[in-house]
Amino acid sequence: MSRETALVTTDWVTENLKNPKVVFVEVDEDTTLYEQGHIEGAITFHWRDDLQDGLVRDLVSKEKFEALLSKNGIANDTTVVLYGGNNNWFATYAYWYFKIYGHQDVRLIDGGRKLWELKALPLVKEVPARAATRYVAKERDNSIRAFRDEVIAAIGTLNIVDVRSPAEFSGELAAPAHLPQEGGQIKGHIPTAKNIPWSKAANEDGTFKSEEELKSIYVSAGVDLAKDTIAYCRIGERSAFSWFVLHELLGVNNVKNYDGSWTEYGSLVGVPVAVGA
Amino acid sequence: MRTCGATPGGPSLDGVDLTKQSVIQGVILRDGEADGVPNGAPVVSAHIRLLDSHGEFTAEVPTNTDGQFRFFAAPGAWTLVVLAPGVRKELSVKAATGVPTDLVIQI
Repeated sequence: MSRETALVTTDWVTENLKNPKVVFVEVDEDTTLYEQGHIEGAITFHWRDDLQDGLVRDLVSKEKFEALLSKNGIANDTTVVLYGGNNNWFATYAYWYFKIYGHQDVRLIDGGRKLWELKALPLVKEVPARAATRYVAKERDNSIRAFRDEVIAAIGTLNIVDVRSPAEFSGELAAPAHLPQEGGQIKGHIPTAKNIPWSKAANEDGTFKSEEELKSIYVSAGVDLAKDTIAYCRIGERSAFSWFVLHELLGVNNVKNYDGSWTEYGSLVGVPVAVGA
Repeated sequence: MRTCGATPGGPSLDGVDLTKQSVIQGVILRDGEADGVPNGAPVVSAHIRLLDSHGEFTAEVPTNTDGQFRFFAAPGAWTLVVLAPGVRKELSVKAATGVPTDLVIQI
């Protein structure tokens, strides 16, 4: 993978608004943003209602994912272009999700909704009507998804990257600072994890830094890119962003997103926890 | 234009437990001033970044449909960076538990 296959620019978007092979999908943390205005022709997925099982804490089943894409007129050969607010957090999560289910051509708008807004590019309110398809997903690819037992086994042996803010890593905050500081779980981080906040990889306008800068961020923080890597955050969205940087932009193999993340790990009984910087 | 009777600053704090939370919030207004008091139009698509005392990025929110934003920070010194089309503005602010920091930011 590389920048050329994984990212598109806002200029590319403008040129491809009418391209019938392309479907733009907005995925936001604040799900009201789409209704306030979105890129012309874009559909939206709700990060919880569409992408979480709801009963079990898990991704939706293959059948539900197929139904979601079919209903929204996405075919197996569609170029899916994702974007969203919050520096593409939930859009990169959706990107990772499309890869889990083996979608061939999925990309991300570099800079996401923020850059689109900062450039004052047009947003519309019309919701497109798309003809249904019959989408067939692949079986889940768990080579990009970490589960808790692998994470515990990785302590002290593999790269564990905690992509939350320094205050969450140290145990000062339980959640990002734009969310209420609630939650009963323990605060802190997984021992031996390196704290490399997701935001280090992004420019102020939401675009990704250059490959040279990105590589240097991880290597200078002590990540040995020859080893397997597990990224985590609080609920698996910000770590999907960092997974995207490592796996899709830098082409590093054996990088997994631990989507259970701190809300799972920090609630497990008896596992080791570290606090402080 | 912001109406005269509107309370300046961020969204309503009803339901926020200020004994536990250190709130930094406010409203972003573009242009407009009367007697030295900002009264411009709320900026809907601004993005506010919260940086810690070392300048490290901590969080970011877009403004809501009334041009308002809110952070739940830890007590202490923070920097806000306001981004909007053609604008970048930095402000030093403090957060404290119990007393919300409520700002009217003119860009």
